[in-house]
Formats: sequence, structure tokens, C-alpha cells
Amino acid sequence: MAERMQFEYNVDGGNFTRAGFASSEIKKILKKLNVDIGIVKRTVVATYEGEVNIVAHAYSGTIYVDIDTERIRINLKDEGPGIPDIDQAMEEGYSTASSQVREMGFGAGMGLPNMKKNADEMHITSEVDKGTEVEIVMFLNNKE
Amino acid sequence: MTVADVVKVLGLEVFSGADGLDRDVTGGYVSDLLSDVMGNADAGEIWITLQTHKNVMAIASLKDLAAVILVSGHEPDDNTAQQSDEENIPVLGTSKSAFEITGKLYELIK
Repeated sequence: MAERMQFEYNVDGGNFTRAGFASSEIKKILKKLNVDIGIVKRTVVATYEGEVNIVAHAYSGTIYVDIDTERIRINLKDEGPGIPDIDQAMEEGYSTASSQVREMGFGAGMGLPNMKKNADEMHITSEVDKGTEVEIVMFLNNKE
Repeated sequence: MTVADVVKVLGLEVFSGADGLDRDVTGGYVSDLLSDVMGNADAGEIWITLQTHKNVMAIASLKDLAAVILVSGHEPDDNTAQQSDEENIPVLGTSKSAFEITGKLYELIK
């Protein structure tokens, strides 16, 4: 493969009919690059959860994908309400999702914990009333 | 065992995605929480749920699930059925409850 590949996808806040589109495109790319299937699976889970978080909570966002021979770096950046207490947001079962979102089966407070479980590294920064940035890193050469 | 075998033995309705009936079934997963399925279901499993919206297909596709069974007489939304046809992942239906159909599926593939 090329030494380095970069892609980006826009995500609309509130548009659940398109939720998962970016994750699906990223999955296709990783499979085409013959990335180890276990890494593809973990990347897909983490990316999908991040994509749904943008749809469920933010006004708009962008998913930046940066792949080189060492690692996959995915940066999910949104303009939105931000997260006042990141530790609380990371707790399983804690969610601020609306009742509509919950009726669809989202908003169980499992999204961020699922991301953390599946990513090799995860970093969150957030500013209230501005937005949130979640970066996940998957290492390609140690298949733990 | 294929999805078609499961359809036949359990008497399921095929709403959409009939081109995927030859998919192999390796197990099942029962949940109405999408993150739970995303985090814990495995490729090749049949997902039993009452959720009918299009995001069900996004998850089924991302997780390479074999098929989806909608319980208690639920039917897929139009755009759910459409994506099921595009992805060749069947959406099936039963009038039985999640409890009953899960029991039958478990007996069939355990």
C-alpha cells in the first residue's frame, strides 16, 4: 500500500438515516488494504460508536482517517454541546441522549466505553458549547 | 446451516434481502440495544430484535451478521428493507415473541 492515506467524511448531526455510512466506507477501505480482520472489527466498532455519538449529540462533525504502515488514526471532531464531565461520560450506562434516541435503541451509555474497549488508544478533548474531539489509534503491528 | 434452513424450520417470513438466504449461520444474538449488538455480536450470527429502523441494517452490515429476525409481528421500515436488499442481509419476521423464537433458534443451532 501507499505509505500514507488520508480520508475525511462529514457527519450530519441528527441524521440517523445516514448514521454508519462513514464507518461502512472506512471498513471497506481497511478490508481492501488487507488489514488484519480482528483490527478491522475493532476499528469498525469504535468508529461506528463515535459516528453515532456525533449524529446523536452534535450539530455536525467530521471524521478524519489517517492510515500509515504503523497505525490507523481516526479523529472524530464535532461542533456541538461538548462534554462537561468526561469521566462521567466514560462511565458505562451514563448517557445524556434524548428519549427519542433511546427509543431507537441508542443512548444506553455504552458508546464511549465500547470505543475505549476496542481502540488501542483513545483521547478525548471537549469544550462545552463548542464541541468534542475523540481520537482513536489502532496499531497495525502488534495484534493483541 | 444457512439462513434459508432457519427460515424453513422456524416458519419465518422473508421481508427483504432474499439474495442473502444462502448465508451461513454461526449463532444468534438477542438485544434491542444497538451498542450492545455493536459491541458483542459476532459475524455470522442472527440478530433477534424488535427494532425496525434503518440503523439495524447499518449494524448488521458492519458486523457481517447473517440475518435479522423481527419479533412479535414487527415489520421493517421501508428504508430498512431497501438497505437489506442492497446488502443481501435478510430481514425476517415472526409473530412469536423474542423469548419463544430465541428458544427455537437455540434448539436448532446449539
